[in-house]
Amino acid sequence: MSAKQQELHEPSVVVRFAGDSGDGVQLMGTQFVSSTALAGSDFATFPDYPAEIRAPAGTTFGVSAYQINLGAGPITTAGDAPQMLVAFNPAALKVSLPLIADGAAIIVNTTNFTRRGLAKAGYEEDPRSDGSLDGYQLIEVDITRLTLEAVKPFGLAKSDAGRCKNFWALGLVQWMFGLELEAIEEWINRKFAKNASVRQANLAALHAGNAYGETAALAAAVPQLGVRKAKFAPGTYRGVRGGEALALGLAAAGELADRPMLFCSYPITPASPLLHHLARLGKLGVGVFQAEDEIAAVCAAIGASFGGAIGVTSSSGPGIALKTEAIALAINAELPLLIIDSQRGGPSTGLPTKTEQSDLYQAVYGRNADAPLPVVAARSPSDCFDVAIEATRIALRHMTPVFLLTDGYLANAAEPWLIPEMDAYAPIETNALAGKPSGDVQTAVFERNRKSFGRPWVSPGMPELMHRIGGLEKDISTGHISYEAENHQAMTQLRADKVTSVAEFIPEQAIEVGASEGAVAVVGWGSTYGAIYQAVRRIARLDDRVSHIHIRHINPFPNNLAELLAGFDRIVVPEMNMGQLSTVLRDKLGVRTVPFAKVTGQPFLIQEVVEFVLGQLAEVTGDDVRPRIVQGEGT
Amino acid sequence: MSASLTARDYATSQEVRWCPGCGDYAILKTMTRVLADVGAERENTVFVSGIGCSSRFPYYVETYGFHTIHGRAPAVATGLKLANPELDIWVVTGDGDGLSIGGNHLLHALRRNVSLKILLFNNEIYGLTKGQYSPTSRLGTRSPSSPAGSYDAPVSPGLFALGSGARFIARAIDVDKTGLGGVLEAAHRYDGAAFVEIYQNCIVYNEDVFEAFTDREHATERQVHARHGEPLVFGKANSKGLRFDMTSMSLEVIDAQERADEVLVHDETNPMLAQLLLSMEAPAMPQALGVIYRVEDETFESAFYGNHPTQLKRTGKVADALRNTNTWTVE
Repeated sequence: MSAKQQELHEPSVVVRFAGDSGDGVQLMGTQFVSSTALAGSDFATFPDYPAEIRAPAGTTFGVSAYQINLGAGPITTAGDAPQMLVAFNPAALKVSLPLIADGAAIIVNTTNFTRRGLAKAGYEEDPRSDGSLDGYQLIEVDITRLTLEAVKPFGLAKSDAGRCKNFWALGLVQWMFGLELEAIEEWINRKFAKNASVRQANLAALHAGNAYGETAALAAAVPQLGVRKAKFAPGTYRGVRGGEALALGLAAAGELADRPMLFCSYPITPASPLLHHLARLGKLGVGVFQAEDEIAAVCAAIGASFGGAIGVTSSSGPGIALKTEAIALAINAELPLLIIDSQRGGPSTGLPTKTEQSDLYQAVYGRNADAPLPVVAARSPSDCFDVAIEATRIALRHMTPVFLLTDGYLANAAEPWLIPEMDAYAPIETNALAGKPSGDVQTAVFERNRKSFGRPWVSPGMPELMHRIGGLEKDISTGHISYEAENHQAMTQLRADKVTSVAEFIPEQAIEVGASEGAVAVVGWGSTYGAIYQAVRRIARLDDRVSHIHIRHINPFPNNLAELLAGFDRIVVPEMNMGQLSTVLRDKLGVRTVPFAKVTGQPFLIQEVVEFVLGQLAEVTGDDVRPRIVQGEGT
Repeated sequence: MSASLTARDYATSQEVRWCPGCGDYAILKTMTRVLADVGAERENTVFVSGIGCSSRFPYYVETYGFHTIHGRAPAVATGLKLANPELDIWVVTGDGDGLSIGGNHLLHALRRNVSLKILLFNNEIYGLTKGQYSPTSRLGTRSPSSPAGSYDAPVSPGLFALGSGARFIARAIDVDKTGLGGVLEAAHRYDGAAFVEIYQNCIVYNEDVFEAFTDREHATERQVHARHGEPLVFGKANSKGLRFDMTSMSLEVIDAQERADEVLVHDETNPMLAQLLLSMEAPAMPQALGVIYRVEDETFESAFYGNHPTQLKRTGKVADALRNTNTWTVE
């Protein structure tokens, strides 16, 4: 391996925990992450869980997994191929094996490798003895039995005792990485404060797993991996998941606008975490209303906006579809509204727990008539915070509904976050009516700002400003119902101009990696950021003619985007759909693109983006650098 | 200041666009009079409607108004009420808007007890789409979409409301100024979701569908006006009364003079009685009008604010919330 190839490897380790939905794998993952963060490591996580709450035990479709990429960073994805796997049962092994790196360490819980367990996973032969694990470092541990022994003194029922095995396994993994147990102990003490025996049992399991690693007899068999520290900018950090960052961002937007916020939602996967996070933020001026259905949720949000609060609704693709008619009402009534779409695999019910950039068409085009609205997208868990503020700023400035696109991956993925200072954000202007109108109130209420086309935000309860709004077409100046031909033409134009005007207020499109012109621009949006960023960074070390551009403002695009893209011979657009951004780029800017579509319900791997882009680079430049890069990758 | 306003002060400059002779005119007139009588503050009053003939109502009332989308007015109004619980919100809907496309929202607004005054104009027909049968149309209703007569069983708005958990149910006739006025005033006073069914005559597509009890000739004999604590009597000189028959567990009409002690006294807090009264249909039985059911209960906005003790006011800082978790510092 050449020095050049060597440095293509990120100094990080990818770890995957996999087991039954009931094995506590997600908890194990989040606890492991907090320890690595405290140890100074950069990280990114990817929870991958089934739609069934408790799928039949031991089956491949019931496998719940949690993947963490940790190390020196900058880390922006959960990693391509895990170098370490903890598999609680044969099904978890079977599902994870195709994903993990050659030579990876595999810890299996032998307790579940019975004939029955193997059969449930669809194994005819025991993979431990039929050669299929050759080339891996297999570590067999009877985790369940050892856990039961460790927690015996606390008198738990056998099923409860067995449930402590995630902490036993975590104890072992902590030892392998040389991580402290303190933060996890604190968490257990807090979580089970009211149940002494469960608390003590989990602590005992954690320590027993840790001690198992230390035991000299095994020290040779269990590798010690260590944690690389990341070079972080100075400051105070926390871990954050996308759902959390979004909730905090909404609360921050309310604070910056100095308005109450009403979040109206109907539970749906994977948007529900946002509802749960916001339900705890009452002190920050956020009210939460769980409506009877998706339509009621958006309508209540619109009612709240009419009433002077910032109305927010949230859902995923199928739920957003139900809200469509009401969204157009907000467009027509010129009311602010935030629509948060945590995208998932579709169509119809599709893949509720899997990620997909499925709804760009729906956001940009998905309404009856000419009903444009601004669309923004978050690219990482922490970015959700800034995007929530930005979306609210647009909604209140232009008095329009705004789509905020996130996805199942972002909602649940976590990363370290330099805690932002609120002083760094400008207050959000709210289009207050300047003084009491001298003439007709209805006219004053629809007198729009010349630059933003936003009308004054006048709400019931304000004296002498009584007026009527609605979904019928209205006169462009008086706001009264109008079916006049010329007026409808003018109003339709006005609604289009309003959305176009957003581009005058947003930042110019920046370049994430590379120069402002070159052979290939890799253009992405949303949660593909991490994979594209790393891919282009890797390529950039060998060839500086590739750049990464990541679009936050999708409708309208930043004013300079067309010019920027014109500086590249080829535009490559990796997307977790069949090419929706490609369509929008072609539609709005007349740009020809090469889509790279992935719709497997799984995020892009860095390596597959690298390979695709290099293929494109070779076509454009006639210079194929792939042989120099691909070898040695995949670890 | 508001107390000095007259009915005219609650009318907008907009030309009213209902068909000549439509019952909606009478309702609008009584509504604006009631608003004046109760001294409604115009800036704190809002009319929210869905889609349909009745839903044009907000354009004609000089208060705040929101003409929303089909069936969704209760949902919009719920959000508005939560954003500003001080508002006095009237929801105007119809049998199609409220019970067909919007049945779900009506159900939930009622069971939550959101303080909305919900006026359901029932004309048993789709008017604005030109006369198709509606969910309250009687079996056999001939219409453009049911030329041989409709064959799906109608829903009773009152029983739907009762089943949905409404705590206030009243009924009135569009042109009955006194009866409608009284019911609207009672709805205005009520703290909670007030459901008012108004029998409204669609002069074009379903004329006189309620004549069995609205016809001047029959009115006295076929309307029983419920008043809490008073005997349920009707007919000329209140000669008839309602009695509960234990055997059939239903109401029957008896001679109120001869069997005065058997006549039921209206108890608006009794849901069983409400069900019996709401089930009566003219001409077989008198049609029950007035406030049929009314009980006090916690309103949704009160419960909501109970769960949001800060009243949507900001008592904390985002800067603190951001740090309210495990943090670490890099030097």
